[in-house]
Amino acid sequence: MPRTRVYEAVTERLEILDTEGRVDDALMPEIDTSRIRDLYRDMVLMRTFDEKALKLQRQGRMGTWPPIKGQEAVQAGVALAMGENDWLIPAFREHGIMVLRGVPLHLVYAYWAGDERGSSFPEDVRCFPVAVPVGSQWQHGAGVGLSLKLRGEDAVAVTFGGDGSTSEGDFHEAVNCAGVFGAKTVFVIQNNQWAISIPLHKQTAAETLAQKAHAYGLPGIQVDGNDVFAVFTAAVEAIERARRGDGPSLIEAVTYRLGDHTTADDASRYRGEEEVEKWEARDPIIRLRRYLDHQGLWDDDQETILREEAQSWVDAQIKVLEEMPPQEPEEMFTSMYAAMPPHVAEQMGELIQETRS
Amino acid sequence: MSASGAEGQALHAVPEVATEKQTIAQAVRDAMLEEMERDERVIVLGEDVGVDGGVFRATDGLIERFGAERVIDTPLAESAIIGMSVGLAATGFRPIAEIQFMGFVYPAINQLFAHAARMRNRTRGTLSCPMVVRMPYGGGIHPPEHHSESYEALFLNTPGFKVVVPSNPYDAKGLLISAIRDDDPVLFMEPKRVYRAFREAVPAEAYTVPLGRAAVAREGTDVTLIAWGAMVRVCLDASEVLAREDINAEVVDLRTLNPLDRETIISSVVKTGRAVVVHEAPRTGGFGAEISAQIHEHAMLQLEAPVQRVAGFDVVFPLAHNEKLYLPSRDRIVKAVEKVLAF
Repeated sequence: MPRTRVYEAVTERLEILDTEGRVDDALMPEIDTSRIRDLYRDMVLMRTFDEKALKLQRQGRMGTWPPIKGQEAVQAGVALAMGENDWLIPAFREHGIMVLRGVPLHLVYAYWAGDERGSSFPEDVRCFPVAVPVGSQWQHGAGVGLSLKLRGEDAVAVTFGGDGSTSEGDFHEAVNCAGVFGAKTVFVIQNNQWAISIPLHKQTAAETLAQKAHAYGLPGIQVDGNDVFAVFTAAVEAIERARRGDGPSLIEAVTYRLGDHTTADDASRYRGEEEVEKWEARDPIIRLRRYLDHQGLWDDDQETILREEAQSWVDAQIKVLEEMPPQEPEEMFTSMYAAMPPHVAEQMGELIQETRS
Repeated sequence: MSASGAEGQALHAVPEVATEKQTIAQAVRDAMLEEMERDERVIVLGEDVGVDGGVFRATDGLIERFGAERVIDTPLAESAIIGMSVGLAATGFRPIAEIQFMGFVYPAINQLFAHAARMRNRTRGTLSCPMVVRMPYGGGIHPPEHHSESYEALFLNTPGFKVVVPSNPYDAKGLLISAIRDDDPVLFMEPKRVYRAFREAVPAEAYTVPLGRAAVAREGTDVTLIAWGAMVRVCLDASEVLAREDINAEVVDLRTLNPLDRETIISSVVKTGRAVVVHEAPRTGGFGAEISAQIHEHAMLQLEAPVQRVAGFDVVFPLAHNEKLYLPSRDRIVKAVEKVLAF
């Protein structure tokens, strides 16, 4: 009756691009230089519309907004690795990748400004609406991945969540079930270190979040989430694996929430300025800009043009947002059911009468 | 007594097609079988629904017929069963999810309330969740703890669902087929107490019983008994006792709780002037309160007496020894009727 080792796992961490913009040539993925410039543009665009949303919020033109500042590389890297028909199942800090996947920015703004039409995406955009109940979206990601597998579709489901959501039961059920069913799902954890005020070490005693995948029989990898090349490389591996039918996998992207949890939060209550400064030095956008500079792929003129273009594109989206006609009161009722039941129709009638009298 | 038995009148016209005497459990199984044959988007998932055929045998034989890709044995994870069904339904499948007992639905409440019920509205119709959640509910089978609950009130206060409760094999099949074809999430509560209590003629082929329509299970003139699921038979039973006292009770079997067929309720109460609502769930905040409120809103001047409720007590559903004391009984219903008649 010996005591033997029945299972051992090693969790890898991948880093390719350092804070000075130097890359590990052996690990550097093959990406066209034009695509690398696009990655940079995408990340600057995200930063621009995120900062703009904060301004709008302060002006009373936006509701509560969860900023994505600092997490642009995770979202741009995964977006670049996704195929046209792949599904995105976001949580609520994924505006960047949602926009890259085709969700019009004015709709993202509309949702956070308090208008349900912001979750009514164009038909060809394969994206779930924002999921606010923490961790619940992981289950949808598993379900969509199973759906694609059962239908034999050449598409995968990419689902996102934060470090805090890995403490929810739904995370464990979803990863476990995806493993059992061989769902075509890629789980991406944006480990931004903080779940409102709770730091990662109070969220789990585990050394990494990636290792949790191993308990459910999935490959799990940790990447430097502020390194867009590492994120892209891991995402390509995971997405290709799922697409081949070899099953789901999990990516832990270690990043940092440079902003508050939302505009209703004040992060200075629970974390020090030093920590934030340390992470500002690891800013994913600065890092990629340094890489582009080293490679002679970018200059200050291009930067000026990009910033101006980003700003005017965002301004144009705000114009679209603010030109949306207000919702009719009955829109609260008309999408409740495929066919409106009599009691709902009756209540809708009451509201219409009230609003028009 | 069968629902269409010697003493009572037939609940529905005897169909002129090939029929088979079936239990509710068999009718439920056949409904799924017919729809899976008809529509390849229909899949079944849940705990023990595959190889075992379901703990109540409601999915018996489906895996042999349709294979493990359409009859999916899931890990023991209710939230995943519903959460994955949301993902499946929003991307083109029509999942029939089984929650083994309604008492075990709590882990899935977040997925049901926060997602399944809201998907259509919050995306303004871009995505929806056409799914059925089958849940054996209710007491009367002397089971262990947490196997006897009736949680319909929770779901009736959550817009976005349809809630359906058959009381007999014919309706079980026709309502379940309607539920599967419906474009919204339907909670299908199966009265496990009468799963196999009686058989009745059920057409061999597919047919529908419309959602949102109650049935008059027994016509009467003196008082309206309003019930659903397993309580319908208890009401019919009470009506026979009352008939011996020359009290002619009408029994309304709601069949669908949301959307509620208010018209049938009100026209019956207008006719009889008296109403007793019967349900297994605790009285306070139970659906009986809603029905009573609606009767008062729409037929108060026709009422001869306040509406009475015969319901479960506001206590934890007892273990087997006290189960009979808890559940609304024939005698309790008879007493409530006597009370409204004496008012």
